[in-house]
Amino acid sequence: MAGWTRHQGQAVALPRANVDTDQLIPARFMSASRAEGYGRFLLHDLREGDPDFPLDRHPQASILVAGENFGCGSSREAAVYALVDAGFRVVVAPSFADIFAGNAVNNGLLTVATDQARAILAVLGDGTLSGTADLAAGTLRIGDFDIALTLPEAVREKLINGWDDIDLTRAHSGEIRNFRDRRKSDHPWAFPST
Amino acid sequence: MSAPATLLDKLWSAHEIRRAADGTSLLWVDRHLVHEGSHHAFGALRARGLPVAEPGLTFGVVDHYAPTRHRDRIEDASIRVMIDRLEANTAEHGVRLFGLNDPRQGIVHVLGPEQGLTLPGLLITCGDSHTSTHGAFGALAFGIGATQVAHVLATQTVWQAKPRAMRLVFEGKAGPAVGAKDMALHWIARLGTSGATGHAVEYAGPAVRALSMEGRMTLCNLSIEGGARFGMVAPDETTFAYVQGRPYAPKAADWDRALEDWAALTTDAGAHFHAEARFDMAEVAPTVTWGTTPEQALPIDATLPDPARLTGPQAEAVRDAMDYMGLVPGRPLAGTPVDQVFLGSCTNARIEDLRAAAAVLKGRKAKVPGTVSPGSMLIKAQAEQEGLDRIFIEAGLDWVGAGCSMCVGMNGDLVAAGKRCASSTNRNFRGRQGKGARTHLMSPVMVAAAAVTGTLTDARPLLEGRV
Repeated sequence: MAGWTRHQGQAVALPRANVDTDQLIPARFMSASRAEGYGRFLLHDLREGDPDFPLDRHPQASILVAGENFGCGSSREAAVYALVDAGFRVVVAPSFADIFAGNAVNNGLLTVATDQARAILAVLGDGTLSGTADLAAGTLRIGDFDIALTLPEAVREKLINGWDDIDLTRAHSGEIRNFRDRRKSDHPWAFPST
Repeated sequence: MSAPATLLDKLWSAHEIRRAADGTSLLWVDRHLVHEGSHHAFGALRARGLPVAEPGLTFGVVDHYAPTRHRDRIEDASIRVMIDRLEANTAEHGVRLFGLNDPRQGIVHVLGPEQGLTLPGLLITCGDSHTSTHGAFGALAFGIGATQVAHVLATQTVWQAKPRAMRLVFEGKAGPAVGAKDMALHWIARLGTSGATGHAVEYAGPAVRALSMEGRMTLCNLSIEGGARFGMVAPDETTFAYVQGRPYAPKAADWDRALEDWAALTTDAGAHFHAEARFDMAEVAPTVTWGTTPEQALPIDATLPDPARLTGPQAEAVRDAMDYMGLVPGRPLAGTPVDQVFLGSCTNARIEDLRAAAAVLKGRKAKVPGTVSPGSMLIKAQAEQEGLDRIFIEAGLDWVGAGCSMCVGMNGDLVAAGKRCASSTNRNFRGRQGKGARTHLMSPVMVAAAAVTGTLTDARPLLEGRV
């Protein structure tokens, strides 16, 4: 995954609470290979019946502003793939589900949990606002709204560098090996032999 | 003497290898369960040329795409390929697979405990949000995304920020036809679908202690529907009796050592919880969801909400859900006609669930079509030995094989658009059981009651004199 430091784009509203992962990508699309691109599956069934769906009116948008508890439901990372492949780099909402937020970081998608999301939604209406996320400066500006990003350092570095945890973890392989050996001698049943 | 610790504290520190500057922990994974959906992670591993670090601690299960009928010839190539891919990936990396034709095959969260792979004190991950189920044994179990699955495959560890501890206490005794599913829907309705976000839930109190392991698994399974990635119950004699003698459970001297270790897996008196809520079982009735999120749940004898009496976004959310569900505001929930029923899923397809549903169905006919999919092929065999299959079949329901089936519809078991399904599953999201499908979540006895009356119905009168 490619890292990024500054992103400039258009913000669009999805004024719904509890946008679950079954809505973000219906299960029937999940056998597709990632190489095919997941963008066309994003919110598929909600969009299908609605010619005025905000994402279709503003297909160039890359910042999504939504209601609370965004990404609740299953652990399917495909929900994040669908957003990223559709061009989104930032999602702003009052709150996010835990697993979704973790998956987002691992795919270069910035999630910003802020109470200001409600006010931004109200201003956005059916239109767009220009927005800029700056990971180095720790700021997000959408229209006239300024939001300070409160990212843990590790998350910020991961997004900027496009890092994948596997390399970071393998640097601790000695410690891991020691832990394993200790666990095996103290808790032999944790290593089944059947 | 160290400060009083929660069960979460004890499980966390037992698995923490190191802690990063930002407080995130690197945790050792004792059991990693993979299924057909893990193909992205195996692909990531292949792209980096890495092996599976601990094939002996990794177990594959065919469940999400498992056909429940005609297993010998899968006609849908897109389903066949998902199962083939898992077979190839597990074979390539020397990972044990409970494949489609294995007599132990079943849903990963049913099979793990059944085989004794799930034990108290273990850290268990799986690329599935209902992994919280395994917490019923006093394990630290949580769902992870594909990138994390690849990380666990490559390193047998996972980076995770420690959640805050939350305790949900259930006082009193369950009334007739009330079980773990009702307890779960009750707390989620009270606290909301994000009521426990960022927290690990420990379930406690006499009503939790009184639950069987099956009931505890149902309760922990649904933690994620209230936002909690982790759910747990401290292990006790009920737990140990369930685990003893299972194929992968410790034996002989190891068993004695393990028991000693497991006895310490409790929350110390005076330990701090960031949040706590108490529920009185006298207020927990057979509960049914009416909307499109699990928090939109009501006792079966309640009336549907009326958006006209609400304001702002709440009114809009209720109107939207009612509209999708095809319901009339202010009407009684009971009596709503259903088109079909489904009894299955990692939430409610264990032997106790099947027995409970059979108690309602015995000697009665279903007024609507329905499917019963046991949680594993071993449960199927056990149910057949007990004659439960005859009860379901004589009632007019389909008795099929094990898998995730109609809970998520990936195997082609779908609810048609506009059809209303009384379902023992875990999610009533729009389109979850199929595009346009209308799902009402409820317990197995309530599913059985819906089958025999063709409507959402209070199971209590139908169970009188039967249990």
